[in-house]
Amino acid sequence: MAESSQARTSLRMIKIEKYFGSVCALKDINFEVGQNEIVGLIGDNGAGKSTLVKILTGVFPPTSGDLYIADQKVDARSYSVKKAHTLGIETVYQDKSLGEKQAMWRNFFIGRELTYPLGFLKVRAEKQIASDIMINTIGFRGKGIGVDSKASKLSGGERQGVAIGRAMHFEANLIILDEPTVALSLKEVRKVLNFVHKIKEAGKASIYISHNIADVYEISDRFLVIDRGEIVASIEKAKIGLKELDEFLLEYSHGLKDKVQP
Amino acid sequence: MNRATRTLAFLGRLEGFPIAVVLAVLYGAFILSAPEVFSGYRIYMSFFQTVPPMLVAALGLTLVITAGEIDLSFPAVIALSGFVFTWVFRAIHSPVIGFLGAIAAGALVGYVNGFMVARLRVPSIMATLATQFFWYGVTVLLAGGLQINIEDVIATTTHALFVGRLFGVFPVQALWALGLTVFLWFILNRHRFGEAIMFIGDNAEVARVMGINVEATRIWLFTIHGAISAFAGLLLTLEINVFFPTQGQGMLLAAMAAVFIGGTSIAGGQGVLVGTLFGSYVIGSLEAGVVATGIGGYWVQLVEGLVMAASVILNVIMGDEGISALSRTARRWGWRWQEPAIGKPQDQDGA
Repeated sequence: MAESSQARTSLRMIKIEKYFGSVCALKDINFEVGQNEIVGLIGDNGAGKSTLVKILTGVFPPTSGDLYIADQKVDARSYSVKKAHTLGIETVYQDKSLGEKQAMWRNFFIGRELTYPLGFLKVRAEKQIASDIMINTIGFRGKGIGVDSKASKLSGGERQGVAIGRAMHFEANLIILDEPTVALSLKEVRKVLNFVHKIKEAGKASIYISHNIADVYEISDRFLVIDRGEIVASIEKAKIGLKELDEFLLEYSHGLKDKVQP
Repeated sequence: MNRATRTLAFLGRLEGFPIAVVLAVLYGAFILSAPEVFSGYRIYMSFFQTVPPMLVAALGLTLVITAGEIDLSFPAVIALSGFVFTWVFRAIHSPVIGFLGAIAAGALVGYVNGFMVARLRVPSIMATLATQFFWYGVTVLLAGGLQINIEDVIATTTHALFVGRLFGVFPVQALWALGLTVFLWFILNRHRFGEAIMFIGDNAEVARVMGINVEATRIWLFTIHGAISAFAGLLLTLEINVFFPTQGQGMLLAAMAAVFIGGTSIAGGQGVLVGTLFGSYVIGSLEAGVVATGIGGYWVQLVEGLVMAASVILNVIMGDEGISALSRTARRWGWRWQEPAIGKPQDQDGA
């Protein structure tokens, strides 16, 4: 989108809160993501990472607070996955990005099919574009994987590559990666991290959520630490080494650290 | 690459091929063992007359199973739609309004199923088991437990259009069933709605995060299956010119068997409508065929069971993974077979 490429921030959250009944899942969440910034979101299980992601991607609305995408305020009530897509927010999930038994070309266009007026698919056009993304953006070179292959034929890292390539094709300005490397071998993790580097090179923004501090550290420009539904720290990569970050988090999880103002 | 395995792999990917083989072998066996019955055209015309109602219901069921759901209530819809049609026809002598009313009744039953499954989150097997009892109950109550004859429907255009005889011999309902197969194939494989069905059956969470309205799609799907089942009921009632309150009973397992031997998996995510077409004719021909061979009526179920088991095994073997597994086994036994292209990507020299 033309106007968003000049936007200062790709995402801004102001006083976002989320309650499930009387349970508070997110409290007073304030943060922003720059227009070409990779932000690593770190937090323990149950810290509120998934809830935050689901609000961002339109799966459910926040209880209160304001959401700005590309500097434009978004109405929480009409916000949905489709709306998020049109606003340039794409998500890559740990395990629910691709339909296993479906052909690659279907996986690229699911939810955003190229269709004729009555809703019938433009199969040839979809396959052509899918093939183009697979070869040029993701870098699959032959080796028996094509647009007609089923997703189950791909390795874990390749699947994440497809999901990232798909997000980039649809002109995402902000790609959210939700634990994309869980259950992957080291070699596959490396592939995924290379894809994330491509996001940065393409001038896009990303929120990278992971348990693995080393991965987060390598690719992020800044780290956000979330704990018990609150953002407790925002640290520039330039100001902290991997070891210090690790120690910081360790201390934090043992309850030794007080809240650090972002 | 060995040509034989390659051909086999290609044929395995042709939709419905394994069950088409079963059908051909079955008819071959019938022709050999009961030539006086199976070498004439009459027996086939009788299949084209009796199979379509079950086939039509099975086509809709294929879509439901592709979405990872099940619908046990369609036999009750077959009864209810037959009643609605006969009642309207007797009351106002309009087969067209009767027809539309029956389809609407089926769609309504389907909508209620869909609502229970998608909105109230009742597992479909439980919801539709309950509704199948309920709607049979409603039908029996409304009909007072009695059958209704509508012989004067034979003279209507509606009758001629849906269950007439082309050239005096060929039952038109077979063409309707075939046409519906083709239409639904395009909906499932070449339409946005069908793609949504496949992704929901594959993994509903994936579908949801990719922006598919999972609940609305499920409701639509059950509604469509309700309407399709009503059409099946209409074909049945029109063909025999009589409504009876238990019609459709006995179709449940037959239609499910037709879907499964056709290659659609209970796991969801993929539907083989062409397989359901052939599968329905296999199921619909077995009884008459076995009886005609003269080995005796007591053998019917045993043979049916054997053919079904053989078909589902054949489907698994001819599937993506199956052929490479088979050729591995064959090689272990000393056959000089090579790995086929599918399932072993590194054997391919660039796709």
